[in-house]
Amino acid sequence: MPDFDRLWDVLVVGGGNAALCAAIEARRAGASVLVAEHAPRPLRGGNSRHTRNLRALHPAPTEVQTESYLEEEYWDDLLKVTGGRTDEHLARTCIRASQHAPGFLRSCGVVFQPSLSGTLSLSRTNAFFLGGGKALVNALYRTAEALGIEILYDTEVQHIAVQEGFASEAVLSHHGFPQRVRFKAVVASAGGFQANRDWLREYWGEAADNFQIRGTPYAQGRILKDLLGQGVQQVGDPTQFHAVCNDARAPMEDGGLAMRLDCTPFAIVVNRNVERFYDEGEDTWPKRYAIWGRLIAKQPDQQAFAITDSKAERNYLPSVFPPARADSIPELAGMLGLDPAKLERVVDDYNAAVRPGTFRPQVLDDCRTEGLTPPKSHWARRIDTPPFIGHPMRPGITFTFLSVKVNDRARVMMADGRPSANIFASGEIMSGNILGQGYLAGFGMAIGTVFGRIAGEEAARLARN
Amino acid sequence: MHGTDTRGAMALPHPLDASDTVAEARRHMAVCNACRYCEGYCAVFPAMTLRREFSTGDLTHLANLCHNCKGCYHACQYAPPHAFGINLPQTFATLRQESYAEYAWPAGAGRLFARNGTILSLLTAALVALALVLTAAIQDPAVLWAPQTGPGAFYRIMPLWLLNGLAGSTFLFALLALTMGAIRYWRGTGRSGGAPLAGPAVLDATVDILALRNLGGGGHGCNDFDEGFSTARRWLHHAMFYGFLLCFAATTTGAIYHNLLGWISPHPFWSLPVQLGTWGGVLLCLGTAGLAWVKTVTDPAPVARQLMGGEYAILALLFLIGATGLLLLAVRHTGAMGLLLAIHLGLVLAFFLALPYSKMVHGLYRGLALLRNARERRAAGTA
Ligand SMILES: Cc1cc2nc3c(=O)[nH]c(=O)nc-3n(C[C@H](O)[C@H](O)[C@H](O)COP(=O)(O)OP(=O)(O)OC[C@H]3O[C@@H](n4cnc5c(N)ncnc54)[C@H](O)[C@@H]3O)c2cc1C
Ligand code: HEM
Ligand code: SF4
Ligand code: SF4
Repeated sequence: MPDFDRLWDVLVVGGGNAALCAAIEARRAGASVLVAEHAPRPLRGGNSRHTRNLRALHPAPTEVQTESYLEEEYWDDLLKVTGGRTDEHLARTCIRASQHAPGFLRSCGVVFQPSLSGTLSLSRTNAFFLGGGKALVNALYRTAEALGIEILYDTEVQHIAVQEGFASEAVLSHHGFPQRVRFKAVVASAGGFQANRDWLREYWGEAADNFQIRGTPYAQGRILKDLLGQGVQQVGDPTQFHAVCNDARAPMEDGGLAMRLDCTPFAIVVNRNVERFYDEGEDTWPKRYAIWGRLIAKQPDQQAFAITDSKAERNYLPSVFPPARADSIPELAGMLGLDPAKLERVVDDYNAAVRPGTFRPQVLDDCRTEGLTPPKSHWARRIDTPPFIGHPMRPGITFTFLSVKVNDRARVMMADGRPSANIFASGEIMSGNILGQGYLAGFGMAIGTVFGRIAGEEAARLARN
Repeated sequence: MHGTDTRGAMALPHPLDASDTVAEARRHMAVCNACRYCEGYCAVFPAMTLRREFSTGDLTHLANLCHNCKGCYHACQYAPPHAFGINLPQTFATLRQESYAEYAWPAGAGRLFARNGTILSLLTAALVALALVLTAAIQDPAVLWAPQTGPGAFYRIMPLWLLNGLAGSTFLFALLALTMGAIRYWRGTGRSGGAPLAGPAVLDATVDILALRNLGGGGHGCNDFDEGFSTARRWLHHAMFYGFLLCFAATTTGAIYHNLLGWISPHPFWSLPVQLGTWGGVLLCLGTAGLAWVKTVTDPAPVARQLMGGEYAILALLFLIGATGLLLLAVRHTGAMGLLLAIHLGLVLAFFLALPYSKMVHGLYRGLALLRNARERRAAGTA
């Protein structure tokens, strides 16, 4: 039974990468640390459990990253995806410190490896975790335990009492029993609110019921809402989230990365009404990956279907659930529950519009359509080689953008513009400061590690004085 | 087109096609092949990514390629209690066992793999008893219990013709059964049957075997106990493996001394056969005892429990062979020598007989899986 009577130096809310980085840093600085993780032990680690890499600045090749990746290029990449919706000072703080993130994680037992097959485009910018995010989370927990950090599983922090920017105590539910915890400083690292369907419904109505949540079901945003309701300043568009296209048969929660479909550039994509709705060949991997979830979220019933044929199949990663296969387009339509005559017409129109070109899957090639709306600008090849293949798709939500505002020392900012006395935040719960929209692969873990470390260091310093 | 095209294999019916374990392994591979997070752990994942469909033969190959390091269990975000219930080490261990039974020769002998622990124990007990009875029957009790010294001391207990006859015939039978199993395995796990083997691939596979490269979680250790990393099992297996080889070398040098040089055992303590045998026995005992200990403390979640009986039995048998060999050395000039020699020989005979019908076939099939893998990697240019 943990000691609920004592005054802890630091309470860390959450049990993902951002939380553990904060806890470890604070403990190494000498603070007594209590970590409250809502999930039970086997499901610990939040979305971090599903990750695979971290984007890290590096001036020269490292064991796992090729060439170099410098501040200006990193910043440019961020500027492009966010369309300027970022905070340059915080972003550059994060980018610079990301150089030391792999080393810190290594000191916590995390092992890195070069990029995985099929992710060559990331071999320069990103360092991959051997075994993925769960292996990372396991290593962080082992380190935390060895350092003497107290970890409570199955413990939800339900409320942090804040007065005039000062947090005095937290109310938790520990294995279902109410408890109070007193502390000198608190670090909120409880992730986003993407798994809270009621909350999503406020903005998306019934469509929210068809969104698959890619990561942890514990991302309920309870502490985010709690803090925003007590005078903490908000950043990020509450209605927006990052989403990818998932297999329609994926579980509604926790399906993880393996549920994503990356066939769109080599397919045509239609909605329930058998209409194409976007240029499937618009851009290469990183970009297309990030836009399709949102596109599908706006289609009727939040559903779409990618249609390819056997010659395209080897250009994309295999799917966990087998696709529908048929020897004719009408038959395929029948299997997918689409109007057969209409799908045949859409495929015929598309085939007729395909111009001859040289197919090159890795680059923007010259295979395109002419006179088709919407067009398919690259990788357009006729769909003519049976068996024909159909992948049913749904949006899979990764995280939400709504966040608490922080300064460059990870201190939470109050609505009146003053920093809180003893509340810090790291990870997804504050990533909206830097990522106002869009996403850069590996940036979530960079933010969590960098601001987790800053938050831990600052919280420990505060507790000492 | 290279060795990774599996369409040919898909068409061939396979005796394990109807196995639930095969279906489960196929489901596992569909998830892993879309995920690939464990790519850095071992040879299984790169071999998986060369494939898109998984024939029963492919799955059998991958299961035997798995070294059961458990890295991919502890790293898996889809491990139980997740609804996907991914547990690759357990699934592959079960499939390995089914493949041992399927390819066992003669047909029907595969049934010996069910309740393997009990069968091994009974076999061992029976052969030790037989050896004791035979020795007692042949020998005058006065000789059996009397201290024997000087050249030929052992053969006064157990005549050389009997020794050679028993050991030789069981060993030859084991070799035959293993060869037949190997041929059936090789045909069953790929299209290319007896295609000629290239030297570099053989060299790759040999290094993989001698170093147990895949029992290392990609270099930083396996999950021998829990989600922390360790190289304990790898080192213990090395001790057992090389200890075993040293014992084998001791017997071989002994035979050379006897048949070619006419030097009759027992040899002095500092002679080559006794030195090889002593160190081999010590390593064999350390390795097997250590591996048995690891089994008792490891996290049971990724373990295939139904196989543990057979594994404990073979570990115990190997340990006893090593231990009785060492004891024999210690008491060879006393009256206990006769008894111990009979027990030791009974154990060795049991081991030879059990070779094709126990966990021991893993060395053969894993070796072949590593060879197939080395050829695939050479063909794909990723070696
Ligand atoms: C499938 C998938 C793949 C991804 N891949 C990558 C990648 O490769 N690279 C990358 O950089 N990013 C990736 N991301 C994004 C990345 O997961 C996040 O940016 C990062 O994990 C955020 O870390 P965090 O610690 O802030 O949040 P999380 O890891 O989500 O942790 C939040 C924690 O808070 C706990 N919690 C929530 N509410 C409470 C409460 N009230 N009380 C107590 N505990 C609570 C949760 O249980 C959880 O443990 C991926 C996301 C998903 C879903
Ligand atoms: C080609 C050579 C060999 C290879 C590649 C090999 C590989 C392995 C591997 C990877 C394991 C651990 C996984 C498992 O439990 O299945 C193992 C276990 C084992 N090996 Fe080997 N081995 C070889 C030869 C041998 C030999 C010669 C012996 C006997 C001396 C042996 C005895 C054992 C035993 C008893 C186990 C079970 C250990 C346990 O249950 O913990 N192996 N082997
Ligand atoms: S074992 Fe799990 S984490 Fe590893 S590749 Fe398979 S599905 Fe992915
Ligand atoms: S060798 Fe280890 S990592 Fe590879 S499949 Fe087997 S248990 Fe998994």
